[in-house]
Amino acid sequence: MTIILQQLVLGVLIGGLYGLAAAGLSLIFGVMKVLNVAHGELIMLGGYGAFWLFALSGLDPFAALVVVIPVALIGGAILYWGLFGWVVRSHEETRIKNSLLIGFGLGLALHAAAVQLWTADERSITTAYAGTVLDLGGVSVPLVRLASLVVAFVLIGGLHVLLGRWRWGRAIRATADDWEAALMTGIDVRRAYLLAFAIGTALAGAAGTLVSVGYSISPSIGLEWTLKALIVVVLAGLGSMLGTFVGGLMLGVAEACSAMIFGGPYREVVGLVIFFVVLVARPQGLFAK
Amino acid sequence: MAAGLVVVAALAAVPLVVARQDILNFLFLVLLSIALAQSWNIIAGYAGQVNLGHAAFFGLGALVTRTLWIAGTPVLIGMVAGALVAVGFALLIGGAAFRLRGAYFAIGTLALSEIFRITVGNTLAEISTLPQTTIATYRLANRYWLALALAALSVAAVAALARSRLGLGMQAIREDEDAAAATGVGALKLKLIALACSTGLAGLVGGCFAYYHISFYPSHLFSPGWTFDAVLMTFIGGVGTLHGPVLGAIFYVFFKEYLAIRWVDFHLLIFGTLFVAIVLLLPGGLVELMGKLRGLLENASLSSGERRPRPEHR
Repeated sequence: MTIILQQLVLGVLIGGLYGLAAAGLSLIFGVMKVLNVAHGELIMLGGYGAFWLFALSGLDPFAALVVVIPVALIGGAILYWGLFGWVVRSHEETRIKNSLLIGFGLGLALHAAAVQLWTADERSITTAYAGTVLDLGGVSVPLVRLASLVVAFVLIGGLHVLLGRWRWGRAIRATADDWEAALMTGIDVRRAYLLAFAIGTALAGAAGTLVSVGYSISPSIGLEWTLKALIVVVLAGLGSMLGTFVGGLMLGVAEACSAMIFGGPYREVVGLVIFFVVLVARPQGLFAK
Repeated sequence: MAAGLVVVAALAAVPLVVARQDILNFLFLVLLSIALAQSWNIIAGYAGQVNLGHAAFFGLGALVTRTLWIAGTPVLIGMVAGALVAVGFALLIGGAAFRLRGAYFAIGTLALSEIFRITVGNTLAEISTLPQTTIATYRLANRYWLALALAALSVAAVAALARSRLGLGMQAIREDEDAAAATGVGALKLKLIALACSTGLAGLVGGCFAYYHISFYPSHLFSPGWTFDAVLMTFIGGVGTLHGPVLGAIFYVFFKEYLAIRWVDFHLLIFGTLFVAIVLLLPGGLVELMGKLRGLLENASLSSGERRPRPEHR
């Protein structure tokens, strides 16, 4: 019983990061109708940012978020101006197609660049408190992973508030609902795109930072994280950030269950099953409006 | 048609004349790449559906062929079995995803290939090497002829498809699915046919690779690099054209080998960047570029050579 509970807890802990990874992708996809499959590589870069800040200046990884998030915001804006801003000029189907292709190429280039710069080794941040484990009635909860879950929840909650209250947040949501109507009410749709892309990239950077603390990073983790985020987006649907977070938790728990039932090597298969079931039963996702 | 037969006949004679293994190896890679690129071109270039998990179908074909062949099945039967398995998985994904628009098909294929890569890496962690007896009788020329046959088959298939009713229907779906459906094109059926042709060919290409390569890690067969190779070669040459993937494969394999000699593993960085630039700036690839250059040359010769009064544009 304790073993099962332990696995479920670990599933929830990583699920929070799946949710955070998916939130950025979902925001960009929902607003721009652009699917950035290099999202996982952006997570990987965020992880390396936090790693080097810790390794070179000893900055605590949770404090490093204050640096990583603004840098990722700027990086996202640059990516928008340089690449994805060009894609939004074409109509919707071409837009998705071209963004998929560009993201795929960008992801491989970033992966190759990361291997050149930092070698293919796996790395993770080992802080002084890294080994601390909370004991909850026989279930052990690693402190850093719990903290990561909390941070992920706070970031997504913050984004939820931002999209609801902030003037530009509402503009972003209006653009996601119907960009032509948004344009006619005087919203600068291009600026909403830019903001959505930058914020989505910042979330990827934050997710990467948390991955490098509780788990490990290497140049090749990008596609795996893109996949997790995509499956959460399919599962949760577009339109609700909190729904995306819950979707992430569900994927984490589902993977833990699949590992318990079929054995560790097959834990990934559940993602494919989720994809099928959602597509057949509820293609708009569980939490779509 | 006749020119194509002459090229195939000339290429078929190469192993009889050329003894250098490195040249044969290089030509083998070019031919295999042509077939791989052409297989991606069918689904993405003609039917307009972006498949980001082509490696899954290549890998399934390779894995099944390798397993059956080492167990004693004739390699051609193994390849057909591998292709059928690849088509089976493709129709599962396509059947679920093609009913919907947008990114579902790309997500489904990407998920399939990544999940296979990770799961095969977990369960078949050991390197797959040919038995000593097979290595002793290994003849590169057989592999070369097999790859040549696949390359010829893929080009012939695309040439036939492009002109057929099926192919025209696929291109109509690519341009505007609603309009195609309104004129009576059965979109779902045609997309599934295109997918079956594309992934079946990819499975055969994988089988040929499994017959050729002496040792590899099974998870390498599902590496996203295979997808990227197919996508990049098709785009360099010209997506949705007959000659594009052939040109792209020749160009890519040549420069990849060249770059790999100078900077190991640096080629992905260069080609990834090149690919993004092509999608944004030259979506028609080399075929479009050549068309433009020809247009420029004709214009130049008209204006300088014959000094015709040019029509005025107002």
